[in-house]
Parts: sequence; C-alpha cells; structure tokens
Amino acid sequence: MAEKAAKKTKTPRVAMPEQEPQIRARNFLEVPTGYTMKMAQEEASRCLQCRKPGCVAGCPVEVDIPGFIDLIAQGDMTAAIRNLWGKNALPAVCGRVCPQESQCEGLCIVGRKGEPVAVGNLERFCADYEREHGTGELPPKADSTGKKIAVVGAGPSGLTVAGDLIVKGHDVTVYEAFHKPGGVLVYGIPEFRLPKDIVAQEVNFLERQGVKVECNAVVGRTVTIDELFEQGYDAVYVGVGAGLPRFMNLPGENYIGILSANEYLTRANLMKAYKYPEVDTPIPIGKNVVVLGAGNVAMDSARTAMRLGADSVKIVYRRSREEMPARQAEIHHAEEEGIELFLLTNPTQYRGDEKGRLTGMECLRMELGEPDDSGRRRPVAIEGSEFEMECDLCIVAVGSASNPLLTSDTPDMALNKWGNVITLGDTGKTTKKGVWAGGDIVTGAATVILAMGAGREAADSIHDFLTLGW
Amino acid sequence: MFKIVRREEMSDGTVILNEIEAPLIAKKALPGQFVILKANEEGERIPLTMAETDPEKGTITIIYMVVGKSTAVFRDLEIGDGFQDVIGPLGKATHLEKVGKVICVGGGTGVAVLHPITRGLKEVGNDVTCIIGARTKDLLIIEEKMKAASHDLRVCTDDGSYGHHGFVTDVMKEILDEGETKLVVAIGPVPMMKAVSNITKEYDVETMVSLNPIMVDGTGMCGGCRVTIGGKTKFACVDGPEFDGHQVDYDELMLRLNAYREEEEKCHSDYCTIRDAK
Repeated sequence: MAEKAAKKTKTPRVAMPEQEPQIRARNFLEVPTGYTMKMAQEEASRCLQCRKPGCVAGCPVEVDIPGFIDLIAQGDMTAAIRNLWGKNALPAVCGRVCPQESQCEGLCIVGRKGEPVAVGNLERFCADYEREHGTGELPPKADSTGKKIAVVGAGPSGLTVAGDLIVKGHDVTVYEAFHKPGGVLVYGIPEFRLPKDIVAQEVNFLERQGVKVECNAVVGRTVTIDELFEQGYDAVYVGVGAGLPRFMNLPGENYIGILSANEYLTRANLMKAYKYPEVDTPIPIGKNVVVLGAGNVAMDSARTAMRLGADSVKIVYRRSREEMPARQAEIHHAEEEGIELFLLTNPTQYRGDEKGRLTGMECLRMELGEPDDSGRRRPVAIEGSEFEMECDLCIVAVGSASNPLLTSDTPDMALNKWGNVITLGDTGKTTKKGVWAGGDIVTGAATVILAMGAGREAADSIHDFLTLGW
Repeated sequence: MFKIVRREEMSDGTVILNEIEAPLIAKKALPGQFVILKANEEGERIPLTMAETDPEKGTITIIYMVVGKSTAVFRDLEIGDGFQDVIGPLGKATHLEKVGKVICVGGGTGVAVLHPITRGLKEVGNDVTCIIGARTKDLLIIEEKMKAASHDLRVCTDDGSYGHHGFVTDVMKEILDEGETKLVVAIGPVPMMKAVSNITKEYDVETMVSLNPIMVDGTGMCGGCRVTIGGKTKFACVDGPEFDGHQVDYDELMLRLNAYREEEEKCHSDYCTIRDAK
C-alpha cells in the first residue's frame, strides 16, 4: 500500500490542455479546454482514497471528493455527477473558479510530496460530461412540504440555497435584480474563465428541479422583504452580494475612461459588449490600459482589456508580488498573456484633456515598511519618486463595499459599521425573524465558494426552521 | 415581456410615448423615479424617468427622444410588441412638500419627467407655475397635460412660433422678480438646467434638477452614473436622480454624457441604413 501511494505521488498530474497564450490573449474562448475521459481517469487514479480525507475538510461545501473521483476512475459518470450534486449544485462553476490550491488541493496528501490531485479539473470534467453526454435525469427530491422560500439574489450563495432547499421538498423562488440569473458568475467573471452558457445550464438544472427564477425584480424597490412575507413566504434568504464599487478618491477620477471594474466587467460579460456592435452596449477600448488593484477582479479586467485589443495593459499595485491577493494561477495566466505588473506603485492623480478624457496618471514608487493591521508590510511612498504613466483607460479594481439598496429598505435587519448584515453564528440567521443572509453582503467581498458555503449553512438552518421552528 | 399597450408620436416623430404593462412597477412607482428598459436580447439597458404610472391599469408611461440606436429600436416597437426587460422603480422619489410658490421649468423630453412632479407639487398645496419650452411649436410635448397639472402654464419657443419668443429662463426671471418663489424644479437638457440654476442662485431660490447620466445597472453597482455634487462624487441611480441644482457640476456631466458619442452615432446610422434598406 505504502509503495503504491509513493508511486502515485511521483506520477505527474495530468495537465489540462489550454489555448496558447498569444492566441487566447485576443479571443474570449475559455482558456483551459478540458480533460478527455482518458485524461480524467488517469488523473482520478492518482487519488489515494484517504480514509480521513483532508480535501473534504478543506471544501466549504464538503463535497465527497474521494467518492466522486473514485466513480470517475471506475468510469461511472452518472454516479459521479449524482455524488457531486449531493453536495454542490454548481459543480461546473466550482471546478473552474474555486481557489482549489488553498482548499481541497491545498490539503491533498499526494500534494505533500508531489503535485496534488487535480480536484478542480476533475469536478469540471464531471459536470461538463453530464452536460454534454449525460442522461439529464434529475436527482431525487423529497415530497412537497408546502413551505415557500424567497431567495434574494441569483448569485452563487442564493443558487446554493435554492438547490439545497428544492430537493428537501420546499417551494423556492429566486428574485434577481438583473435581467439574467447568476450574479457575479454572469456579470463579473469573464467568458474566458467561465462561459456564460455553462452558468445558464447550471441555473437551468435548478429550474428543471422546480426552482422559479424571477428576473428584473429589485427586492427593496420592486418588492420589499415584508411584502414577500405578506405574499405567503415562510422564509427569506438575502444573498445580494457586495455590489458597491470602491474608487480611489483621487483628483480627476470622473474623467471619461475611468471605470469601476464592476462597470467594465458588467459591460463586457453581462451585456456582452466584447461583441459590440453585434450587441448594442458599447465598452471603451483602451490603447494603454491601467488596472488598479491586484485581486482576481483586477486580473479579469486586465485580461479582458487585452482581449479587446489593447497595446499594453498594466496592473498597478502599491504592494509587492507576495501580497497580491489574486490566485497564483490567475497572475500566471495574465503574465503569460503579456500583462505587465507595476508593483510598489501608487497612483496619486489622474490627468485628462479638455474633452474630459483620461490621458494619464501620476504615480509614486513605494517601498515596504513595517507590517500593518492586516499583517502585510505597509507600503510607504519613496520621496521624490513621482513619475507619469500614459493611459487612456483605467479600470479601478480595488474592492467592493456593501450595497445599501436592500439593507437600507429593511431597517429591522441589523448591520455592522461597514453596512454588512449581522448573522448569528454559522446559521446565517439575521436579527429579522424569518430572514437569513449569506455571501458577500455578510462577509464583504470574498469568493464564490465561500458564498456557496454560507448558502449551504443557511439552507440547513432554514430547513430546521421550517421543520422545527425558529 | 413587457407589452406596449399605447404608442404615440410627438414632435414630428422624434419623440415617442410608450405605455407599457408593468403592474409591479406601476404599483410602487412615485414621481421622480426611473426604470431601466432593454428592448431585446442584444439590447442596451436604457434608464428613463417615468412620465406617468397607472397602478389600477398596471401600466407605466415613458416619453423619450430618439437619439441613438437603442431609442431607435424602441421607436420601432409597435403596440402589442414589448420590451424584453423593464426594471424598477429605481432612484429616490421626489420630495413633495408644501412650500408655497413653485416654478417648474421643463425643456425637451424633460417636460415628460416634470409632469408627475408638477402634479404632485400642486396636489400637496403649492402654487405652481409651469414654464415649458421647445425650439419651435411643433416640438412641444404634452402642453395640455402640463396645463392641467399646474395653476399657470407659460410656453416659450426659441423661434417665436408659439407663446413667448425666447428662452424659458426669460420667463422664469420675470416670475422670480415678482418675489416669493420658494422652489424651482428644472428638468431638461443639461445646458438648460445649468442656465436655470445659475439664475436661481442669484435669486437665492432653492432649485432641484433631475439628472440622466449614462448608467448600466441602476442599482448602485457600476458607478458609471457618477456625478459631482458639491465637490463630492454621487451615484445618480441611488443618490438621485434629483439633486440640488446649485451643487451640480454641469460641465463635467456634459462631458461624461459624450463618453460613447462616436460609437452611438456610428451604431445609430448603421441601424437606420439597414432598416431603410429593408
């Protein structure tokens, strides 16, 4: 056994084929192209089938990772997707966008001596296989309980709640403010990382199970939470996301050509402006593009700008490479595609012309000082290091705060000083009876999978409430 | 789909009225609020302030000028056709309060937006004079409605073809000179709102304007609609659309409205060429 395990750790991981950098940098097709059945089975056979799997402990929704991987190894794809669905309503999404390196794969025993099992790639393969070759048969569903749940926001946490509660026999309606469901999966994450057809399919899977989706419904405006209760809902889940873009508050910030990453990505992704003029929504095309910030959203913005034909795209970040919050894989992909990193650089003001259009920005070089509250070394400006950077498009990707549209309309749902909804322990219960919340509106901007984990916990708590009481 | 139940053409066909079935929005909407409309799958999200709502009938009415491809697509929708998406009501409602003598100034399609606000201000007990203007007589819209919504209606045309020969600001000045005016509401093209605000500032009369910058989501998510109010950045979609007219940076707003001008013109002319060829 030990010998066999040692051999597995030495077997290299099966790499997922991807488009060549210079080709993909100018198109919107998905970058990794997916495993074949043979590749998937070969990779699946590297799993040690641990009795106490670290990977499962690292997964916010506790997917039975060794279980579904073993079924792939055996070639039983129907059983594999069933197993995945048991814990995760959005496997095609998670397989693509979860930070596996710091979750399941980060805790994989095979990874201690060699490369971890490619859990994310296998999850993606499993979901894609079902979509392309599956039977379309739905998982079993409990008898109807007659209870009605309204989910506010069709993003990852809301969809998880919907998926969990529908199989438990409840009646679920999801309200979405945009004209399409998916939340950040459709407006934020670009097509080349998460094709929108796949998100639509995942939502369709929930609809086939009986989840109702009402788009163009701005809860807080079109209808309030109290009105939802009057309409007969027994519980409400609030998963509206972060949704208020932060700007830098620098002089000249309202020049034409300075956009929040939210606006830039929403135009490109939700409105499909990368196809303009085939669609009617325009998007500014920059020659020299600067992206402020160094998280995943900044990488997505930079890579989108490159695909739209920029001559140069620069990521400007005030700390060093080590502190960049983006996933390693995203930074790597961006650099491969020709995106430059301007680290230890901080903008101080924008410059524009008489037409109000952005022409450049003034920056300062920084150095790292003592650690700050976040534990990261504080960037300090180097005196006299001012320099100018030419740019005609600047995308501000320095994070999101909480959007007050719904919360300000619901005064009996308590908020903390940052405007995030306060919830009780790991139940997702808010201070308003019958209302749960989770995802970015509770935690502040985080990841898709953490929002899904919060959705899972809230769904369990809602189910307990509907069957046992508050 | 949100079905069009009534359609009218005004101003020589350059301005269109659509009454649209949208019962949830009609039930909730208050004067000053807006909706976002999208005609079809490829369509752009266009914010328009509602000109009228009928909660019983479950309809909302929008009046818009055809200026680009998106509004041209709207224009080509017939009765029985519909908008794929209508979202709202969005933005803050007008603060309607009895203050005494009020002047409502409207230009272009801004008059349509001004209508429910004028009526609301009259209903709460104000003495409302309304001044509406257009380049020429044929471009005037909803004159009769504005007459009914106010105590006194004054009409101006730039070419003198009807009513006062001159700008709305000339008539407004005359009324301001009479004294007692407590509030001015100005809705129309940005240069008009700027001119009105500059004058009312001299008279120290509170002034409210309604802004219509470029938007995407209309819920505070994108920040495309940012305007500078009293030196601070605000989002017109959630902080507005109405603001203190004396605090607005109109020059910045005018520049920002031109952000996609070239794209819009090209897109619109291409659309018209293709449509006319059919």
